[in-house]
Amino acid sequence: MDATVGRIPRAGNEARRLGQFILQELKPRGKVLTPFNVISGALIVVAAVLLAIRFLKGLGAITNLSQDFPWGLWIGYDVMTGVAIAGGGYVLTFMVYVLHLERYHPIIRVTVLNAFLGYVFAAGSLLLDLGRPWNIMNPMIGNGFGVSSVLFLVAWHFFLYALMALVEFSPAAAEWLGLERIRRVLKGMTFAAVVLGITLALLHQAGLGGLFLMAKGKLHPLWYTEFIPVLFFVSSVFAGLSLVIVEGFISRKVFAPRLGWTLRRTHEDVTLGLGRVCAGTLFAYFFLMVVTLLHGQKWAYLATPMGAWFLLEIVGFVAVPAVLFAQGYRTRNVKTVQAAALMALAGVLLNRLNVAIIAYKPLAAVHYVPSWMEVEVTLAIIAAEIWVFRWVVNRMPVLDFAEVAPKVELAVRRTGAAAA
Amino acid sequence: MIDRRELLKTLCVAGGAAVVGKNLSAEQPAAGPAREAMGVLVDTTKCIGCRMCEFSCADAHKDAGLEFPEDVDFTAERATSEKQWTVVNRYETDRGQVYAKKQCLHCLQPACASACLTRAMHKTPAGPVAWTANKCMGCRFCMVSCPFDMPKFEYDSAVPRIQKCVLCWERLEEGKQPACVESCPSGALSFGPRAERLEEARRRIYAEPDKYVHHVYGEHEAGGTSWLYLASVPFEQIGLPTDVGDEPYPALTREFLYSVPFVEILVPTFLLALSAATKREKDREAAEANAEGEV
Repeated sequence: MDATVGRIPRAGNEARRLGQFILQELKPRGKVLTPFNVISGALIVVAAVLLAIRFLKGLGAITNLSQDFPWGLWIGYDVMTGVAIAGGGYVLTFMVYVLHLERYHPIIRVTVLNAFLGYVFAAGSLLLDLGRPWNIMNPMIGNGFGVSSVLFLVAWHFFLYALMALVEFSPAAAEWLGLERIRRVLKGMTFAAVVLGITLALLHQAGLGGLFLMAKGKLHPLWYTEFIPVLFFVSSVFAGLSLVIVEGFISRKVFAPRLGWTLRRTHEDVTLGLGRVCAGTLFAYFFLMVVTLLHGQKWAYLATPMGAWFLLEIVGFVAVPAVLFAQGYRTRNVKTVQAAALMALAGVLLNRLNVAIIAYKPLAAVHYVPSWMEVEVTLAIIAAEIWVFRWVVNRMPVLDFAEVAPKVELAVRRTGAAAA
Repeated sequence: MIDRRELLKTLCVAGGAAVVGKNLSAEQPAAGPAREAMGVLVDTTKCIGCRMCEFSCADAHKDAGLEFPEDVDFTAERATSEKQWTVVNRYETDRGQVYAKKQCLHCLQPACASACLTRAMHKTPAGPVAWTANKCMGCRFCMVSCPFDMPKFEYDSAVPRIQKCVLCWERLEEGKQPACVESCPSGALSFGPRAERLEEARRRIYAEPDKYVHHVYGEHEAGGTSWLYLASVPFEQIGLPTDVGDEPYPALTREFLYSVPFVEILVPTFLLALSAATKREKDREAAEANAEGEV
């Protein structure tokens, strides 16, 4: 009797404590009027106005989309590229939780956070692009299970993977809120979430490429191949890891006081190691591109302007960063690896824009070029994502957390011993 | 040995994969060319370019916001739009001027319907490919997938619809003919079971072999379409795409969709095995390292 009576006020106190804590945490920290905040804030305000117009008057009011080009920048960049560069989440959970590469444990939380936010914001962008967004839950609730649709597969796997990424990140949130028992329960779910998450991510990354399988005859033959799902999946591996490398570089500067000791100590090792994985994946990807080119007997197209553009993509932004990654790893040059990562990211952006926009109906009389308003909204979405990322990193144990220290220390000691 | 915890984990993961897999494994069964499925035969040698079909279409579908433009001089080729489900164009060909009507071809296995993740776009057993407003989320994947670029989107509306010829499915249910066919004064359009229209098309070719190209467009194109065309000149000269192939478009995604359940079963299995293998290795190394440390 006494126990139950006592528990209710205690639960009430706990809820009140949590409420006050969260309210406190919602307040901004540090200087508010920084140049970055002012610019990104302005971008977001302008985007809000543009989006109000879009939802009142239709997509045509602010986009250059047309009957010939139903997909534009918001799909080509915000969704296609955004999801590819969020691929670091599933690749790194594979390395840390499946392969037990403890060396990469210190960056797991920031990477999973990045992946989760990447998915949430890609879904958000999609809502802006959908003509009838209020029906977005239809394939989930069964107002039409279009099981023959690649997009149905993508939608489900996308949704479930975002859920898995949330589960993977949730222990950090529980630590932040001081909920130890809940943290232990959530932590127990991590491995299952990782295994399911990798499977789901693999399929929706491939599925985004699969969306173009029926665009045969619209997509330029140099980019159209029946293996496009495989290419999309493989490129998401190095795209995701390249973003992890670049984000690590930026975080070290911007969030210096939040960096944990292990993370600082392993930074160089981790960057080089990821660079090595990128090099291997990029080489594999390059050869896959070459094979599909030969297999489809498409070399004649290489001597055309679109062929030159294709070569720029696969040599300039696939082969070159592959060599740079390998070079950087061999000479233990972190700067080279970081430069390669930037190039690889540009390459994936170029590839996704090529497939979704530039090489789509290349012979159209009037080709789609995004309006300044589409570009503005895209920049605002990136700004908003950075705001949320910064808010989380400044409050939750993301760049520094307790559980990794002993294991990583061991791993560092062992690799150090091996190097010596 | 697998302990109970491991087994439970494995079962959870495999079960989860199976649930997801079930949703995604089956391909939508193709609506075969059933005898009773209806079709329209367009004999372009009979078309006089009067545009009565355009007029009656706009009239029959006023509720969908269709319009009939008065001033058309045939100088530029027109495409269908969200306000015009059908248009007649004039083409300068090897055998003089030819008029040809354009609209959704109502494929037997439509790319748009197989692309639709909510089945808003769907093939009805009677033949029309129709669209359901309360299912559609406006993703426009149907537009990307259609080899004939027929679905159109209302970019200037806050509540946009996908617009295209629906083969007057409501009129068909009342036992009437499509509005355009009913209004055609020259006999260029004729309506009936697709199989019969196909036989009629062949009969006309046999009866007047010099008048027609010996091919019925739509018999095999993109796996076959409900609309069939006859012409006196090669079909690319009258604006019909001849590079769509004979394979139904949904077949392009078949292998990928079939691979999904395989991936969902095999990948978690490999992941669990890899994890178990590397974990033991890691534990052994950790134990060794500890032992070294003690020494």
